[in-house]
Amino acid sequence: MSLSRMRAMARKEWVQIRRDRLSLAMAFALPAMLLVIYAYAITFDVDNIRTVVYDRDGSVMSRDLIARFAESKYFSIVASIDSYGEIDRYLDSGRATVALTIPIDFSKNLHTGRSSTIEVIIDGSESNTATIAEGYIAGIADAFNRSGSSGSVRPIIDLRNRVWYNPELKSRNFLIPGLIAIIMSVIISLLISLAIAREWDRGTMEQLISTPVKPIEIVTGKLIPYFVVGFADTVMSVLIATLVLGVPLRGSVLFLLAVSAIFLFGGLCFGLLISITTASQLTASQVAMLTSFLPSFLLSGFVFTISNMPTVLQGITYLVPARYFVSVLKGVFLKAVGFNVLVLEVFFLSLYGLAVFLLAVKKLRKRIE
Amino acid sequence: MFERIWNLAVKEFIETFRLRRRVFFIFVAPVIQLFMFGYVATMDVNNVSVAWLDYDKSQESREFARRLEASGYFTIKARPGSSKEIASLVDRGEVLMAIEVDRRFSKNIKKGEPAQLQVIVDGTDSNTALIAMNYVVEITAKYSADKGARIGVRQDKADFRQRIWYNPDLRSRNYFLPGVIALIVMLTCLMLTSMAVVRERETGTMEQLMVTPIRPLELMLGKTMTPALVGFIDMLMVTIAGVLWFHVPIKGALSFLFLSTGVYLLSVLGIGLFLSTMSKTQQQAMMASFFFFQPAILLSGFATPIESMPLFFQYITYVSPLRYFLVIVRGIFLKGVGFEVLWPQVLSLFVLGVAIFLLSALRFKKRLE
Repeated sequence: MSLSRMRAMARKEWVQIRRDRLSLAMAFALPAMLLVIYAYAITFDVDNIRTVVYDRDGSVMSRDLIARFAESKYFSIVASIDSYGEIDRYLDSGRATVALTIPIDFSKNLHTGRSSTIEVIIDGSESNTATIAEGYIAGIADAFNRSGSSGSVRPIIDLRNRVWYNPELKSRNFLIPGLIAIIMSVIISLLISLAIAREWDRGTMEQLISTPVKPIEIVTGKLIPYFVVGFADTVMSVLIATLVLGVPLRGSVLFLLAVSAIFLFGGLCFGLLISITTASQLTASQVAMLTSFLPSFLLSGFVFTISNMPTVLQGITYLVPARYFVSVLKGVFLKAVGFNVLVLEVFFLSLYGLAVFLLAVKKLRKRIE
Repeated sequence: MFERIWNLAVKEFIETFRLRRRVFFIFVAPVIQLFMFGYVATMDVNNVSVAWLDYDKSQESREFARRLEASGYFTIKARPGSSKEIASLVDRGEVLMAIEVDRRFSKNIKKGEPAQLQVIVDGTDSNTALIAMNYVVEITAKYSADKGARIGVRQDKADFRQRIWYNPDLRSRNYFLPGVIALIVMLTCLMLTSMAVVRERETGTMEQLMVTPIRPLELMLGKTMTPALVGFIDMLMVTIAGVLWFHVPIKGALSFLFLSTGVYLLSVLGIGLFLSTMSKTQQQAMMASFFFFQPAILLSGFATPIESMPLFFQYITYVSPLRYFLVIVRGIFLKGVGFEVLWPQVLSLFVLGVAIFLLSALRFKKRLE
């Protein structure tokens, strides 16, 4: 392996990257755009749940109860209705998600010390929102029952909740660290899958082969410039996440960047491998999209919890490098953990990178011969 | 005129299905996506791993632990001996939640004093944390009520009976799978349409087409017929698999599903044509489709509620055909409603589709001339 040939190869690739302005611009614009959309628009936080109220009692007490819903930021009362039939209409058309029905004898029962049933109907088609709404309603119910005229009742169990790492439960803090892994795997494999396939498409591969450059030099030479672009992308994403979006970065930045470099290396080698195998630009990017975007989006634990998946799929997640990187990102950003906790993840990422690199070199050698 | 469109459509049909790779892309990729989404995309929270630290070791605390596990949401995975161990368990992500039972738990319950339970949740995954916490609150409330009833302390004044409509088990699969139809139809048709036009340009056959008497509008219609057909087939495939394999209920009319898919396709194909006017190579067309597709899903209400987005992003969603189609498919599948309820969405989709199609037609014509 000769360093000067490798450098020449890298320089040639660098010139080609710079010439393809559109792709380069996309490599930086897309991460920024995705980060902003995820940070501002994608939230699992549920508030302003549209609620209709059917108050058949119309007493001070029922109004007090309704006010508790209206005042909490989780619910917003969109209408008061006066028949059961209207509940159907509101929920069917999706104009409301929750319907409260307060019975006619609500205050009378409460005054005489009997309990009274309030009917709550929740639109379950958005299952996640419905689950969370259920919890909020239970909370309001509890507060209502503890308060008021019959004297304060002491709770039997004093439940103290503490949330670690993300005390306000902001979904931004949950999504953004993992998103960096997704963005990187997509950008990387898209860009680089074009790198070698392009040489086949244009027929310049034959020219390359006729020079004394060796497969390992081609692979490393191609890798270097994309590595630079990818690393710049990572640094930019981390900066946007922390400085602009205010996601806390509690762990060691150095460790984070080191692991990113390892992940980047593996991702790039994988892109090269696809590119060498398919030998056509179009197929290369199609395959890259199917094998890098979908698995890293769905099987990395980025949004969907791995322990909830069927066992077979849980097994498959161990083969998705993004899985390890997502745990590292979430760990470093939110939990401030470092190498001693994440040693296995780092090990697997390194192993993966090395294996794919060797495979790429071997494949290229075979193709050339 | 119809003959010319028909001839072009037949040519397109043959060209599309000649390549085995493309057939794979059209029919197998959607199935893979469907199964991935069906099994992976779940926000249901169960099997939350819990560390149980019991300083009391009484009958009462054991009963609470039993109830926790019997709920089906929690599994006690570790029984640490001290608070310090809890920290390391949560740090390493081995448990999501830790519960610490106070030394005087049972004594206080018997005396009617508040008995303390300390709950620690890993908030990294904000959504799971929130839901898991709500479950603990519910279980505690039930436990309190039972204990209270036994020792005669407290009776709830207002009894909230929560009922879930449309999706009573709150299965998130029922929420996601209908949406997958919208996703797959869009992704497949966008790429097919944009690439079908660009292919002619890339291979230089566009000039040949231009010298034939075919007019731009006819060219557009002929080019979009095959993608439209594929869109319907994909829709049908996903529906059948969703109903038969994943047991997603379909309560509404299939005919209405067909009709609205048709209206939806108007927009999708229009966007595909528009993207084709911007791209020079199939490669670029694919990238452009992908980059359009990304924010389009995020800002559609596919996974997260639109109401929780900032107002600015909420306005953007109004021009997204996905937004309206998602309401329609979910309405058909889960609520069993039809045109009488969903007409505003169908109308919006139609207007949007016509506008997009006309806009593309104008641009398309200009590009040809």
